[in-house]
Amino acid sequence: MKKFDKDRLLLAAAGPVLALVSALVLTMIVLAASGVDPIDPLRIMIEQAGYEDIQVLIVNQAGIYFLAALAVAIGFRMNLFNIGVDGQYRLAAMVSAVVGAAVSLPAPLHILLIVLIAMATGAFWAGIAGILKARRGVSEVVSTIMLNAIATSLIAWLILPKNLGVQPAGSNDLTTGDIPESGWFPAVSLSGGDIYGFTFIAFALGVVYWFVLNRTRFGFDLRASGASESAAQASGVEPKKMIMTAMLISGAVAGLTGMPLLLGESHTYNLSFPLGVGFTGITVALLGRNNPIGIFFSAFLIAFIDKASAGLDTEGYAKEIGTIMQGLIVIAVVVSYELVRRYGIRRQQQKVGEELAAGHALKTDNKEVAA
Amino acid sequence: MRRITRIATVGIASAALALSATACGGKKSSDASSSSSSSSESKSASAAIAYDVGGRGDQSFNDAAYAGLEKAAKDLKVKTAEAEPTEGESEADKVQRLTELARKGNNPVIGVGFSYAPAIEKVAKKFPNTTFGIIDDTSKTGSNIANLVFNEEQGSYLAGVAAAKASKTGTVGFIGGVEVPLIKKFQAGFEQGVKDTNPNAKVLSAYLTQPPDFSGFAKPDLGKAAAKGQLDGGADVIYAAAGLAGSGAIEAASSAGKWAIGVDSDQYNQPGLAKYKDHILTSVTKDVSLAVFDLIKSVKDGKPESGEVRYGLDKNGVALADSNPQYKAMSDVTAAVEKAKADIIAKKINVKTAP
Repeated sequence: MKKFDKDRLLLAAAGPVLALVSALVLTMIVLAASGVDPIDPLRIMIEQAGYEDIQVLIVNQAGIYFLAALAVAIGFRMNLFNIGVDGQYRLAAMVSAVVGAAVSLPAPLHILLIVLIAMATGAFWAGIAGILKARRGVSEVVSTIMLNAIATSLIAWLILPKNLGVQPAGSNDLTTGDIPESGWFPAVSLSGGDIYGFTFIAFALGVVYWFVLNRTRFGFDLRASGASESAAQASGVEPKKMIMTAMLISGAVAGLTGMPLLLGESHTYNLSFPLGVGFTGITVALLGRNNPIGIFFSAFLIAFIDKASAGLDTEGYAKEIGTIMQGLIVIAVVVSYELVRRYGIRRQQQKVGEELAAGHALKTDNKEVAA
Repeated sequence: MRRITRIATVGIASAALALSATACGGKKSSDASSSSSSSSESKSASAAIAYDVGGRGDQSFNDAAYAGLEKAAKDLKVKTAEAEPTEGESEADKVQRLTELARKGNNPVIGVGFSYAPAIEKVAKKFPNTTFGIIDDTSKTGSNIANLVFNEEQGSYLAGVAAAKASKTGTVGFIGGVEVPLIKKFQAGFEQGVKDTNPNAKVLSAYLTQPPDFSGFAKPDLGKAAAKGQLDGGADVIYAAAGLAGSGAIEAASSAGKWAIGVDSDQYNQPGLAKYKDHILTSVTKDVSLAVFDLIKSVKDGKPESGEVRYGLDKNGVALADSNPQYKAMSDVTAAVEKAKADIIAKKINVKTAP
């Protein structure tokens, strides 16, 4: 980025502002059309987010979404659509919970072991899709979706008491046994509740992601393969190896997604371990345009809508308003980014035209032409 | 294009920041955590329910809890509050929901379903003067926790007796919604009841989904497909313990002219199933509404229940419904059921809780 002129800043702000404003307006239209006060639910949501305990929930949830979205984004950067984050994350959480409950080690080692097992499991599960893609050309979209279903069945079988699971006396739940306290990740205690320590690791991983993608040879190769596989191959990148590596890393990060919950809250994998986080991760990654900062904020936005809308229930509104909002935001973002992009191109062309007319043709050389 | 997208990302980031900043900074959060957030006007008795996945309107488990709450509102003149879970939520959200209900002064606060157990344990410690109810779990106990549990296997045993007696082919079917320990209690009781009545009978058992996929409690089409399979396999009585998905099994059995056995509520009287009711032989009722009502009443009377409160055949907490006149007319079936019921209450028959 050479210089920031006013035009660019304006354009940059236009996309997201347009998206959020139109999503908001659309939400209000939907509310009004269904005979509900269009302003009050939004007011309640903002009020909800003002409470400390809700804020803690939002931060914790944002950390989880952030990890899931990073996992998706790594795939996206190389044109791989890893829909299997959900299965990878659940299997990783389950296997690492079993191991964590079975061993007892000094605290830092115990946590490290659980985390490594989770990453290995996630990478293994994603790696299956990677091998299928690299060796047989199987679309990773299809294979990861199927692996999600297989993961569900595999976990359901593994968690039976006759295999690895435990059914606590008097409970109707199945768990993997409790991880001893040495395997609990220290939390930051606030008056509103505990922020999982792993949340900070999640955000730190965002920095690592940025660095690896933008400042290393590997990151360049990855992005190059994503932009044009044939061009990357011509410059000496081995596409099959890149597919494998990208899937393995994506799976390893997906494996981390369950860690904030496992190490910070439940300390066991049970039947009510959340489902669908991996799919929300896709939304968050799209919204954040695979950029760590973008993902960071979109994770917070989605987490805010999630947690703040839950309070609507007790105020007499349907909390599904939040779900509608999330859907509208996704649509609005896609549409508004495209609109702003087209406007930008037109504007640039106009400018180039003006300058050409004024006889400064040479100046356009260092302008990047939008594709 | 690339530059513009990059700039656009920065843009959305800042906009999101602005949005979250205004959202979070709107109020001093410390106002909320100590004092209640929106209701403190009256200290009159009020009871709260936090629903299980599916929420109100599932024609089954959650609706039964709601019925108890409704009855309490009418008979005991207590105020009520309800909250529903979101899909894919974690334990932290359940803790938050219960905390909010308790903080608003509701007493008792009842968690519907075993998944609330860890959350109830945490919240009950923070609110020692509030009574908490948990349905279907006895693993987490405390002086202010009432564990409301049912002997589902006993009711299912009676269903097995009725099914074995009513079956002409000697083959009956069991459909479980989701393969979890709770539903296995239904299966165990049913299979034992069938075998004890007719040792040569065959029981076909199937589950619709595996956890954490709980759609087996919610999707009637799954129940219908499973029931059709069992009907093709020769079954002529089908017992579905599958929440809303069970209505699909009832529909399939009804259109084949065979018997279905309902669950949780007396499904013969369920308006949504009126079209098929002539084929609903009976239902294994699990009186969640009674348990909810009893707990609210005990708190109102100043003698809150605590510890395990078990509802079995003896207290009619589980029972076999006899609202279908055709069922009542089968005197050999009802006689066998009555005998088995007396034997279970007298502990002459010990019903297994796992298949």
